[in-house]
Amino acid sequence: MTGLLVIALPFASLIAARMQMAFTLGFHIILASVGVAFPAIMLIANYRGLRRNDPDALLLARRWSKVVAVTFAVGAVTGTVLSFEFGLLWPEFTGTFGEVFGVLFAIEGIFFFLEAIFVAIYIFGWKRLSPWKHFWAGVPIPFCGLGGAFSVVAVNSWMNQPQGFTMTNGEVTDVDPLKVIFNPAVPYEVPHMMLAAYLVTGFLVASVYAVGMLRGRRDRYHRLGLLIPLTVACIVTPIQFMVGDTAARSIAKDQPIKFAAMECVQTTSTHVTEYIFGRCTPEGVKGGIGIPGFDSFLVGFSTDTEVIGLDTVPPEDRPPANTMLHWAFDTMVGICTMLIVLGLWFGIAWWRKRDIPRTPWFLRAVALSGVASVVALECGWIVTEVGRQPWIVYNVMRTEDAVTKADGVWVTFAGVMLLYALLGVALVLVLRAMARRWRTEDEEDSEVPYGPSPPVPPAVAP
Amino acid sequence: MSSADAVAYVLWTGVTAYAVFAGADFGAGFWSLVAGGDARGRRARELVDWAIGPVWEANHVWLIFVLVVLWTAFSAAFEAIFSTLFIPLSLAALGIVLRGAGFAFHKTARRFRGRQLAERLFGLSSLLTPFFMGTAVGAIASGRVPVGNATGDPATSWLNPLSLLIGALFVATSGYLAAVFLISDARRARAADLERYFRTRALAAAIAAGGLAVAGIFVLRADARYVYDGLTGDGLPLLIVSVLCGVAALALLYRGARRGARPLAVGAVVAVIWGWGVAQHPYLLPQDLTLDVGAAPSATLTAVLIVFGVAVVLVVPSMALLYTLAQKSFIEETSSPTAQPATAPPERRKQEA
Repeated sequence: MTGLLVIALPFASLIAARMQMAFTLGFHIILASVGVAFPAIMLIANYRGLRRNDPDALLLARRWSKVVAVTFAVGAVTGTVLSFEFGLLWPEFTGTFGEVFGVLFAIEGIFFFLEAIFVAIYIFGWKRLSPWKHFWAGVPIPFCGLGGAFSVVAVNSWMNQPQGFTMTNGEVTDVDPLKVIFNPAVPYEVPHMMLAAYLVTGFLVASVYAVGMLRGRRDRYHRLGLLIPLTVACIVTPIQFMVGDTAARSIAKDQPIKFAAMECVQTTSTHVTEYIFGRCTPEGVKGGIGIPGFDSFLVGFSTDTEVIGLDTVPPEDRPPANTMLHWAFDTMVGICTMLIVLGLWFGIAWWRKRDIPRTPWFLRAVALSGVASVVALECGWIVTEVGRQPWIVYNVMRTEDAVTKADGVWVTFAGVMLLYALLGVALVLVLRAMARRWRTEDEEDSEVPYGPSPPVPPAVAP
Repeated sequence: MSSADAVAYVLWTGVTAYAVFAGADFGAGFWSLVAGGDARGRRARELVDWAIGPVWEANHVWLIFVLVVLWTAFSAAFEAIFSTLFIPLSLAALGIVLRGAGFAFHKTARRFRGRQLAERLFGLSSLLTPFFMGTAVGAIASGRVPVGNATGDPATSWLNPLSLLIGALFVATSGYLAAVFLISDARRARAADLERYFRTRALAAAIAAGGLAVAGIFVLRADARYVYDGLTGDGLPLLIVSVLCGVAALALLYRGARRGARPLAVGAVVAVIWGWGVAQHPYLLPQDLTLDVGAAPSATLTAVLIVFGVAVVLVVPSMALLYTLAQKSFIEETSSPTAQPATAPPERRKQEA
């Protein structure tokens, strides 16, 4: 059956493999972002709790550490799946270039190992360590998270800007690991993803407490649970906007076809109009809001700047799904802009009244910001991944040449969809159940992974 | 020693660690699956629940370690293995997802409905992964994984007597390791009945694993001549060590000795893994791809060795710290008669005191 399907549809494996990769990566990136940024937010609460003798902040830190443990354990699973997919879906890619980019994953392994160990120590530490020792035991976690993020995103940067290797007859014969690690896309892609992790996690956590406050739980505990992550996110958002702007300009230079596809620029010219949304067609953008000359201005700070168009490469070298790509880019930028407005609203209210805006509309906006920032995250990932197509390694290896020749990717894709749906539902249910228990009864210490073991089971009754 | 050989040692160390630690974990899942629903079975499951991953599940890390070293240092072998063995490795990955999800949720889900389903899944996944990993090993050892992108047979490469036998051997060995470990855990928990329970099971698993191993020698001879010759040649001392350890462990288990069975059981497994490595040397994929031909350029190998060195320097002390803390808390928790108030944050507790 699968065999027939594959014969009937050329490139069927490729489509299934790309969808499976997109799906699993899109799932993992949320957990990975939380894993990178949440420990820092947790430690801020912990620090505040110790410094100002604030039991609410300490309680938040304690509970957040449990959420960190659960998401970290699930993230480890979805990360393992990705490492299998390097072989199961893209054997030709890993078979050829694993020896080039692999070292970065080895480095990531160290950070992951250390992060897991210190997460475990931190969870243990609530009971066993003195408060400040315990705090310091947690401090390595965010740095390990950033180190891991650097390593993984540097691999993706390398796929966008491959360098540091020599090829002879399709075989890699020489590697310069430092040039691979510090490839030209690292300076803008890596910070963009690190900031995204903080932005997404900040708004996501704040949105949980915004919902709680909208439901009438307006105690100090909920206020603090909203304020700490929201402050982090609102500081990060404008920086992210600037880093993203730099990234877009660098992409216009480093990967002009990706940029042309993001902005639907069909022909190379100056005074290029910037279109907000609209439909991409070979004749240019239909519909949408056009700002004359603005695209050129964004690329080179002058409307005279020449923007390279899709027409400079043959159609088979252009990214697919142009309209989706363009929309993904505009959605990401649009959401980031709205989040900056939200941050300004919050900032001004705080500056003037030392309080969050009183209107429920503010809480509603924060409640939405969590989902919105995840959407922006996914959009950004679509831009960088779909925008690189048809290449898996930019201008070096095509995605269609990297995919497995094994049959059955459709089956695994279907299985993965089902499995991840269950995993996602289970994660949400477990987190909600934890929250419900926190509201109603005492919490139990040993209820999270990486925590201390429960007491020995009782000896048998005679 | 060439740097390719050095990295091969690193890789094999990871494989060994994965086989022993993950093997024991998977085996515990297996015993939890077959324990049955009666009171004794429930208590056995309780012990497994308590003993398994109390601190930390090293499974994932060792596996990721092995995968990353393999694809970085020996990419061509990685490509061949993961494309030809698409089916068994997908199924092994399924087991890993279920197992990992079980680990993430089982403590939190302790009090919820659907716990039984979660336990079943956990047990089942513990069976899936070692079995399909075993079939993959059989495929590699018997030279059914040729270099290239899915150039081997997608089905017969792993659906053959040798692969199935090694799959079964992996399950039996995991069960054996787990049962031996659980005997000590039962002793630690002062549950004499469970000590006997797992002793019987350890003996049964030892006999099953031993029988499968002996049968495996014959099938290897017929089906994987290169590895057979290596195992009875250069690998013979290790094979003998494995047999001696296995027999000695069996004797100790039978006599109910308090010490020695655990290291001997581990020794038997480790010796056979290194025996396989020696037997297959210098081939990554027997008689198709050697270590030297399949190895990455030397700069990459050097980088892998450097990263491994850094990992040892950083991770070992951190791990030691964690285990020390875990051990201390364990002692404290069993000896302290009353539990501390769980909700009070440390600072508040200090004030109260």
